[in-house]
Amino acid sequence: MFKKFTPGSDISGHTPVKSSVQRSIRNSILSQWKIEPETLEAIWPKKEGLVLVKCRDHISVYTVKQEPLFFQHFDESFFPTLRLLHKYPHILPAVKIDRGAIRFVLSGAQIMCPGLTSKGGELPPTEAALQAGTPVGIFAEGKEHAVAVGITKMGTEDMKATNKGVGVETTTYLGDDLWALKAL
Amino acid sequence: MGRKQNRARSPSPAPEPEAAAVEGEPSVQARPPMEVLYCAVCTFPIEYCEFGSSITRCKEWLKESNSALFDELYSDEALQAKIGTLSLEAQAKLEQDTAKKEAKAEAKADAALKKKLASQITIKRIERTKRKHVTAIHGLEAFNIDLKKAAKQLASKFATGASVTKTPTGAEEIVVQGDVAEEVREMLEEGVGILKGVPADNIEITEEKRKKGGD
Ligand SMILES: [Zn+2]
Repeated sequence: MFKKFTPGSDISGHTPVKSSVQRSIRNSILSQWKIEPETLEAIWPKKEGLVLVKCRDHISVYTVKQEPLFFQHFDESFFPTLRLLHKYPHILPAVKIDRGAIRFVLSGAQIMCPGLTSKGGELPPTEAALQAGTPVGIFAEGKEHAVAVGITKMGTEDMKATNKGVGVETTTYLGDDLWALKAL
Repeated sequence: MGRKQNRARSPSPAPEPEAAAVEGEPSVQARPPMEVLYCAVCTFPIEYCEFGSSITRCKEWLKESNSALFDELYSDEALQAKIGTLSLEAQAKLEQDTAKKEAKAEAKADAALKKKLASQITIKRIERTKRKHVTAIHGLEAFNIDLKKAAKQLASKFATGASVTKTPTGAEEIVVQGDVAEEVREMLEEGVGILKGVPADNIEITEEKRKKGGD
């Protein structure tokens, strides 16, 4: 989403979010992420206004005190920015790619199933399987911190079974143009 | 692989047991954020420097700023351990790629510097009427000078109007009311305020006479 993103031309405006809408965003995040209300409150205090930064291609980035915290495509799921996930790694379910896949992800590639099912990769166990369309943190073999944020394109059990094609679509990754923006 | 290493790496990203406990019952406290050390050179968490395009400078910086962490990350055994499940061939390829990337980034930085040193700043004295002039300054952005701030600085220095305007070619220039071409040249040469980093040889003053029948 943010591979070639130029704030100057790709942002159409900043608007404060109405408080009723903020409430519904807060509820969506609480239901979509694995986050405690107290932690969300610490990240985004109720008294701090949320600002919607409208971007190209129906991407919305939300900031608090100018810091980008999460984003959304159309009215789909909310994704934390990678910096936010680094601070709170537990808020999304995790998948792990093998070391060989890291450099591809860092150049913006989607994540192919074999990179997740190989020895260095990791998918949740069957009892914690994820459905298609789940926001996930993308971790990497031998690394402590997440390398990207993405969304599953098929169920994790299907990834193990078919082991072919794109398993996870990367929405933001280390070093993309959203990473470069500490303030918006 | 050292024990420390193990400890740093082992917290699997999967939810820890305590997370499950927190979910059911209302917890009172927010979780404290993790502290991540980001590289001052490439901005990545330091464990990812090896995938950036500035590994040599990244390593220099870390060694200088935190030698213990440097040893932990770049010791022989750490280097061995991090190869993980990657084949030796793949690791060699990766290292080759990193070196290539770095060389490329350096070449790019070099080219950018050369371009900068070759960039010209034009200060144009434009005649509006017999006694009125404006001064257009073109090319400052090549030296990473913020045009808006520069315009503000010039406006207050000369107590006159100064604005950033688009030229017909799509570039931007600063237009200052009044004939201040020589003064601007001096300011650039002395590096006053934010007008820094421009070699004197790159500055040129030109003249644009009023077309006949003008205002
Ligand atoms: Zn670095």
